[in-house]
Amino acid sequence: MSVRFRPADTVDFIVIGSGAAGGVMAKELAVAGFQVVVLEQGPYLRERDFSHDEIRFRQGHLINDWSKQPNTFRSAPTGKAVKQPAVFYGQQVGGGTVHFTGNFWRFHEVDFEERTRWGPVPGASLEDWPIRYADLEPYYAKAERELGVSGLAGSSPFDPPRSAPYPLPPLPLKRCGEIFERAARKLGLHPFPAPMAILSRSYQGRPACTQCAFCKGFGCEVRAKSSTLATVIPVAESTGRCEIRAGCRVRKIETGADGRVTGATYFDPRGKEVRQRARAVVVCANGAETPRLLLLSKSAQFPHGLANSSGLVGRFFMVDTGVTVKALFERPLNDHKGVHVSRVVHDYYDSDPRRGFYGGGGIDARFDWYPIGFALSALPDDTPRWGEGFKAALAEFFPRSMSLLAHSTCLAVESNAIDLDPDLKDAWGLPALRMTYRNHPDDLKVLRFLQQRAVEILEAAGAKKVWHDEVRDFTFTGHLMGTCRMGNDPRKSVVDRHHRAHDVPNLFIVDGSSFVTSGRQQPTCTIHALAYRAADGIVAAARRNEI
Amino acid sequence: MMSGALSRRRLLEITLAAQSGALAAAHQHARTASHAAKPPLRSLSAAQAREIEAIASRIIPSGATPGAREAGVIYFIDRALATFDRARRPAYREGLALAGRLRRRMFPGSRSIAALSETEQDRLVAALENTPFFELVREHTILGFLGDPAYGGNAGGAGWKLIGFEP
Repeated sequence: MSVRFRPADTVDFIVIGSGAAGGVMAKELAVAGFQVVVLEQGPYLRERDFSHDEIRFRQGHLINDWSKQPNTFRSAPTGKAVKQPAVFYGQQVGGGTVHFTGNFWRFHEVDFEERTRWGPVPGASLEDWPIRYADLEPYYAKAERELGVSGLAGSSPFDPPRSAPYPLPPLPLKRCGEIFERAARKLGLHPFPAPMAILSRSYQGRPACTQCAFCKGFGCEVRAKSSTLATVIPVAESTGRCEIRAGCRVRKIETGADGRVTGATYFDPRGKEVRQRARAVVVCANGAETPRLLLLSKSAQFPHGLANSSGLVGRFFMVDTGVTVKALFERPLNDHKGVHVSRVVHDYYDSDPRRGFYGGGGIDARFDWYPIGFALSALPDDTPRWGEGFKAALAEFFPRSMSLLAHSTCLAVESNAIDLDPDLKDAWGLPALRMTYRNHPDDLKVLRFLQQRAVEILEAAGAKKVWHDEVRDFTFTGHLMGTCRMGNDPRKSVVDRHHRAHDVPNLFIVDGSSFVTSGRQQPTCTIHALAYRAADGIVAAARRNEI
Repeated sequence: MMSGALSRRRLLEITLAAQSGALAAAHQHARTASHAAKPPLRSLSAAQAREIEAIASRIIPSGATPGAREAGVIYFIDRALATFDRARRPAYREGLALAGRLRRRMFPGSRSIAALSETEQDRLVAALENTPFFELVREHTILGFLGDPAYGGNAGGAGWKLIGFEP
């Protein structure tokens, strides 16, 4: 049983959130000898709570509940926002790493220095990170090693340098991967095995993947998915210095007269307000809830929200830009079994001036449909929606389809923001999360470019039919990034290169909000690496008594 | 997860009967067989259930393989409306009223949707196709056909078998 602290005790650290960043942070701080209270708004689920129930999945289990925490959305930074689901994120101990697909790309060197390499983009705030790939590389390696990642080092000529191979060999090849690999090679591209945070062999006491294929949106009941729930959180608890408090929603980070953080006030599972004291607070609440919490934590001393002297908390919000192209083949692929994603190409990763716009991305081969979702939304528009033709299409398409997902750069734009809705309240009486968002035109151009490349690959593969949706502005998203960006200049960023808030010496912010650019999506691996790196700095600072 | 030996046996009977070519007999058999295991209705009246089932059966028709009827989609819908989708009861009430008005206009003298011929039912469903009610029944039919049998539909995994899915 894990340790229990009293709220009146001043623990060393409060970590808010227990996902990709919070889970790692809790483990690193506790192992280093510090007392840690983790406040997680979602429940503490165990493997026995996970099922293959698609109806429950469609009801939104494992994510935020908009009936209690409504969002509002508007596409322009003036005017009233409309109540609608806008952001989604994992909401349980382990956060999004519990339900994620497991894609585990490192960012490339270019992602950290694209302003220098490419130059400014009109209408966007494309900036270099205050750190480089080389600063993060040891922590990418540590994340892969500690969490358990399957992949094949050196298999992509576009991969950034790495100090160690993947700890586990690639997962088994799927039919969609084989078809994709042949076609991509025919076109002169360089397909490689998808790096996945799923175990291809048993590792550190956890079993290999059983290929059940309930990854995306589901928790892994055999612990083969390398979530923080299955990996670092048990290590954190085993130190006897880390208490995970599930079902606890932080409403405010508290500050003292000296402008330093003193702790956090939260609603416990029964709705009672509790105030936990701490020497320092690390916010890992995701790219949407982190800025919201900072804005909710305003005080006389911080009238515009905590850590917000720059006015940039919540700004530069970046979303999960991706587009799916689907294909039907003559013969069955039966790809509904196995880890969803099989092969990837990064040939279009870098921006290319010849394209006439900024941006690039990756394309992966996958089958990540479940029966109901497939029947409701995967079939081509010209398929009958009911009757014999619909039934025949279900039987034909489900075993014979695959898709390619192109995921790409999303430019930071200052007016794209997460903040507080002035009117709507959540179930706890706090201002609802408001998303103001419109894609930079280059986001959509690069997506359409990648969509055409995906069509070419599927046609080269001999698909019987290829179809896709139109690329449109995004109004609903996961992969929440950019809202408390890192930087050296306190006027242009929220945290410094060590994730310390420029304005508050004992407040640290580490999660997707730290991102300066979006990479080419698949941010989880980089969030983990940032958390490992930030933890090193925080531990060193705490030992010097500088928190 | 699969709903036990009874439903598997029932499905086997349906399949065997269908393979023999005696489709009408198979349907009758399926109805009788599923009748034996029919759970009581929890939110719909018997008349409402018959009407909804008639529409669901045109969305995923019976044939050489089980359709919405044999998969027990109506029991899924009935349970959904008694549990997690209680809020959609009024939409069904209003939708059935709309469908009834349409039926009387299109087929004067008809008694119910269930009593129409399949061709007439298809014409009625085509007339309903752009309504929110059709979308609702379609969504529920798909959920009840392809969802976990624990929710009352997808009897014997009939929907999963159609698409070649193993849970």
